[in-house]
Amino acid sequence: MSEDWLDRLHRWAPYALTPIIMLIALPVMGVGPWLTLTVAGLSMGILLFLVASGLTLIFGLMDVLNFAHAAFVTVGAYVALTVLGPLAGWTAELSLTLNLVALLVALLAAAAASGILGFGFERVIIRQVYGAPLRQILITIGALTVIEQLVIVLWGPQAVPLPKPASLRGSVLIGASAIETYRLFALCVGLVVAVAMQLFLTRTRLGLVVRAGVENHEMIQSLGYNIRRVFVGVFMAGTALAGMGGMMWAQYQAVVSSQTGDSMTILVFIILIIGGLGSVSGCFIGAILVGLTNNYVGFLAPKLALGSNILLMALILLWQPRGLLPISED
Amino acid sequence: MVSDKATKRTPSWLSWLVSDDPPGGTVLNVIMVTVLIVFALAPFLFHGVKALGVSSRICIFIILVASYDLMLGYTGIVSFAHTMFFGIGAYGVAIALTKGWVGWGAVILGTAAGAAVSLALATIIGILSLRLRTVFFSMTTLAMASFAQIVAEQWRSLTGGEDGLTFPVPAILKPGFRLLPDPVLGLTINGPVITYYLTFVAALVLFLITLRVVNSPLGLVLRAIRDNEFRVEAMGYQVVAYRTLVCALSAVMASLAGALMALLLGYNGPDVTLSFSLMIDILLMVVIGGMASLYGAVVGAIVVVLAQYYLQNALSMISSEFTGMPLMSGLFHPDRWLLWLGILFVLIVSFLPQGIVGRLRRRR
Repeated sequence: MSEDWLDRLHRWAPYALTPIIMLIALPVMGVGPWLTLTVAGLSMGILLFLVASGLTLIFGLMDVLNFAHAAFVTVGAYVALTVLGPLAGWTAELSLTLNLVALLVALLAAAAASGILGFGFERVIIRQVYGAPLRQILITIGALTVIEQLVIVLWGPQAVPLPKPASLRGSVLIGASAIETYRLFALCVGLVVAVAMQLFLTRTRLGLVVRAGVENHEMIQSLGYNIRRVFVGVFMAGTALAGMGGMMWAQYQAVVSSQTGDSMTILVFIILIIGGLGSVSGCFIGAILVGLTNNYVGFLAPKLALGSNILLMALILLWQPRGLLPISED
Repeated sequence: MVSDKATKRTPSWLSWLVSDDPPGGTVLNVIMVTVLIVFALAPFLFHGVKALGVSSRICIFIILVASYDLMLGYTGIVSFAHTMFFGIGAYGVAIALTKGWVGWGAVILGTAAGAAVSLALATIIGILSLRLRTVFFSMTTLAMASFAQIVAEQWRSLTGGEDGLTFPVPAILKPGFRLLPDPVLGLTINGPVITYYLTFVAALVLFLITLRVVNSPLGLVLRAIRDNEFRVEAMGYQVVAYRTLVCALSAVMASLAGALMALLLGYNGPDVTLSFSLMIDILLMVVIGGMASLYGAVVGAIVVVLAQYYLQNALSMISSEFTGMPLMSGLFHPDRWLLWLGILFVLIVSFLPQGIVGRLRRRR
């Protein structure tokens, strides 16, 4: 009996971690700041998830860790900036519909541009280094440098302001706590994408193939599926998600620069390590945890904020050396 | 296999000095001898503060890159924490010289402290994380390096925060110092010249020691681990122990290079020794020169440092040809040197994995 109970606890502990941390934080900081910070943390977490989920899927399926993933984030942000330029009339107007249409157009453009770039990237760079981890790391780091420099060539070295649309500026008051409107919006967009992704992975045939490929891609191949084509599809989807994340993130910070992606890289890697490399649900939990920790610690002990995520990673690895929800692997 | 052919032509003491592993091939031999002569006489050949500074930087980077190649090229470990050890060495000297100690005593104390911290840290990192797969280890070291940078920026009382530390170097390294009253062969032997020779001798000695390490039985085990980890484990070698050893060795060398950097600049801050872009520079040097050949470290360090300082001039000349075309002049903007080195890097990883030197050695 007792072993059964322990087993169950062990299985549920990774899922319970986030609510527990949120509950502990509540009495420490009081309801007002808690609500503000929790929404901020959740929205930051969900944006990080957009970027990290693509990377973790790519890793799980193809065993490729793309160090240049951050470059797609930056490209997405700049493409959105370019698209929103002519649409400035729509975003400046205080009309929620017009604002949302403009943002949707920008979001799709960012995703499309990053996805197409991802397609080329897989062909030129990734294809030659499948199964060679050392060369993979080197070549993607090199490609990251090249893409970042090309971004500077195309859009200039200066950081460019990217103002939020008129109706998403400012904040709403809920009780005593002020919550930034844009954060709520980001949270909604992120949740929609996350749910869509989950539905795709669990409810469609192609999603099944992808999930099975993560578990064992030789088996998928021997069942007659063209694993290469699945690779390319997942790589494009992953980079498109990174582009969307980049657009949302740049708007969140109201500025785009060639460092936009870099600022996320370490956080995204921490999320992957915390969640367990290759696991999408682990990645989700990891992203939310990192977002919350960042905001809570930033409020309670500002000096620790920057390093808090690395400490969080160290703690979780001491408890679960392979991450919270590792994918089964022999 | 390298030694058999080569020893016949080289005098035995020279062969002993380079651990029976001479550059090999006429082209590479000529390049290496030229490099040695040019660097031994650099202050006499190139006058001016900038040239001397660039030469000193190259010497320091040769140490740094050779030590990194021990891990990357010879053992197959990708670490992003190499700048962390470089920074620890530099901060060791910087902190010792700002906290009241003076002169060579402080330099030696700081260098030793930095090396000891690096040794301890590398050993812990090695034992804890070298069991992991290649990518996992790389990600962990990347996180640690960024943590080190955060600590250096936040611990203001010790490291001076983002402003860094400025400190007085020992008297004989200062620009005002004169070793001899009269110039020798038209060159005044002043502080910067002595600093240069300090880095040159250190680079030469550490390079030869590293060459000895990779040609020892230890080096053979390391290469075997790189090529087939499981087989080496099955033969009874403790793979993690060897990896940890090479990690620690390379960390200590990196922190010695850091100490020299601090002495060269009289300043140390997070941007100078801890930044991620510095890590990219090291990777560029190792790969362009050629992994798993230490002579590659020399070539790589020279090519990349020279590109950093002088490619800008060439690019601005090309750029002025394209003044009417924004995209072309953007591509050849003087600040885009990293773009061209990055493209070279990707091409080398794709088509010439053994790098420039590896290629030259194979043609022998």
